[in-house]
Amino acid sequence: MDKLLAWVDARFPLTATYKAHLSEYFAPKNFNFWYYFGSLALLVLVIQILSGIFLTMHYKPDAELAFSSVEYIMRDVPWGWLIRYIHSTGASAFFLVVYLHMYRGLIYGSYRGPRELIWIFGVLIYLVLMGEAFFGYLLPWGQMSYWGAQVIVNLFSSVPFIGEDLSVWIRGDFVVSDATLNRFFAFHVIAFPLVLLGLVAVHLVALHEVGSNNPDGVEIKQNKDPVTHIPVDGIPFHPYYTVKDILGVVVFLIVFSAIVFFAPEMGGYFLEANNFIPADPLKTPPHIAPVWYFTPYYAVLRAIPPMFGSQFPGVAAMGVAVLIFFALPWLDKSPVKSIRYRGPKFKIALALFIVAFIGLGWLGIQPVTPLYTWMARILTAVYFGFFFLMPWYTKNDTHKPEPQRVTDK
Amino acid sequence: MSDMNVDKSKRRFLIVASSAVGGVAAAGTVIPFVASMLPSARALAAGAPVEVDLSKVEPGMQLTVEWRGKPVWIVNRTKEMLDLLGKHDDRLVDPASDSTSQQPEYCKNPTRSIKPQYLIAVGICTHLGCSPTYRKEIGAADLGADWPGGFFCPCHGSRFDLAARVFNGSPAPTNLVIPPHKYLSETKVLIGEDAKA
Repeated sequence: MDKLLAWVDARFPLTATYKAHLSEYFAPKNFNFWYYFGSLALLVLVIQILSGIFLTMHYKPDAELAFSSVEYIMRDVPWGWLIRYIHSTGASAFFLVVYLHMYRGLIYGSYRGPRELIWIFGVLIYLVLMGEAFFGYLLPWGQMSYWGAQVIVNLFSSVPFIGEDLSVWIRGDFVVSDATLNRFFAFHVIAFPLVLLGLVAVHLVALHEVGSNNPDGVEIKQNKDPVTHIPVDGIPFHPYYTVKDILGVVVFLIVFSAIVFFAPEMGGYFLEANNFIPADPLKTPPHIAPVWYFTPYYAVLRAIPPMFGSQFPGVAAMGVAVLIFFALPWLDKSPVKSIRYRGPKFKIALALFIVAFIGLGWLGIQPVTPLYTWMARILTAVYFGFFFLMPWYTKNDTHKPEPQRVTDK
Repeated sequence: MSDMNVDKSKRRFLIVASSAVGGVAAAGTVIPFVASMLPSARALAAGAPVEVDLSKVEPGMQLTVEWRGKPVWIVNRTKEMLDLLGKHDDRLVDPASDSTSQQPEYCKNPTRSIKPQYLIAVGICTHLGCSPTYRKEIGAADLGADWPGGFFCPCHGSRFDLAARVFNGSPAPTNLVIPPHKYLSETKVLIGEDAKA
């Protein structure tokens, strides 16, 4: 066995890679609950790819056949219902763990230098994930699939000058049609997953280059053992964090399975009732709402009234609401990273942001009323305030001094 | 040849020139792939005009037909409906249909139609492409006591009157589109083709 390993190592850096990324990759010793979600996101990615491959074996990307092929998977394909529910639940689970993973970055300042590129790759992953989810949602070819795609593609038609041609180019037709379904299938099963895997790879390479942040937001690499050159507050990722992450995986899979088996539709939030009606290009369902993970942005879109005879301002606001995450490392001027040492201004701003994000998410599911529109406008202002006012409230905050080494809280 | 006498400017020129030519070739290669995503010849050909028999549309009723994959409404407006049309111009974004892209020239009139009795409009909201619902009941509870009858978009709450004109405060920026159409006889209409064409 040792001989075989030596033979491989002479031709491929197997042992060296194993050491660099697992057994001798030193992570801070004070990771807490919030550090489960990165590895869980990776797990969900694997679940989605595997379940997706098996769905592709039975699904037909054709406007005439798509809806019935999904029902065929549900009723006639052995265990097809399970694979489909794993994939549909996995989509919601993906966004749940990614949102929690991003929140972790937010509270512990993981986006701050020297981790700006990790954060940027992460936001790109989030964008690609949104595209992936959007393309995938059209495939069942139900009413919600159809009209959801119609609304989102029409967002592009509001772009000044080129908008109309752009949306026709995206659809490949003047309305969402078979051509649209066919290309969304191509994007969903091959183009975007490839980009996603590439981005996950560079996200991890960048992470392992600079090392993980931690709940105290202090750099463990600044305090190395003089003899071994190992950070004194670092522990090898394997076995310490592989074992920790396995616990997270077990708990996650228990919850995930419970949803797959007992509540795959999640009361209409994971799989919407209207999507069990085949797509009808002539009739919009009386109440349409996107799936829960898009609703905060949808509420922002609806909150902005048309200006100068164009709905572009609302679309632009929605775009900025997503893209603003890229700027986060440069908006934060605080001398400390972790919320543990931040002052009250940041904590209040963060609390308001959470209220705005969840509030907008709730409003995005509700029908339009004047009261809700005004609530959405106020929460949209709060949402943007969190980002655009950040340079001021982080600079003038009262913060506690950071410790020299990580703490054992 | 020793390194001392390398003509660096010549090298730089060759690098820039070959990169530029290669870049142009690469950009040219992108064209067929991008163009392949435009509507196909078949999708373009599917836009043939549609003939509709108006005699089956009862007064006050709405018929939806498909033209170029889009819903086209035909509403047989009653005398009362037409009388109400002129009474809320102050609440409309574009009461006189001044936006020329939203209707053919021959429908730029108070009822936005050739024959006032029949409204023929593309039933796709100018906001984000949902299909609004026909709500003819005057003063409907959920739309307010001053609702004169019209169309309500369930997606984002845009409101249109019975001439498919958008009300102030709607997310939709413009009136609904009136498609080109012509009457073949008293009760037959051809949607998708002008009289002059």
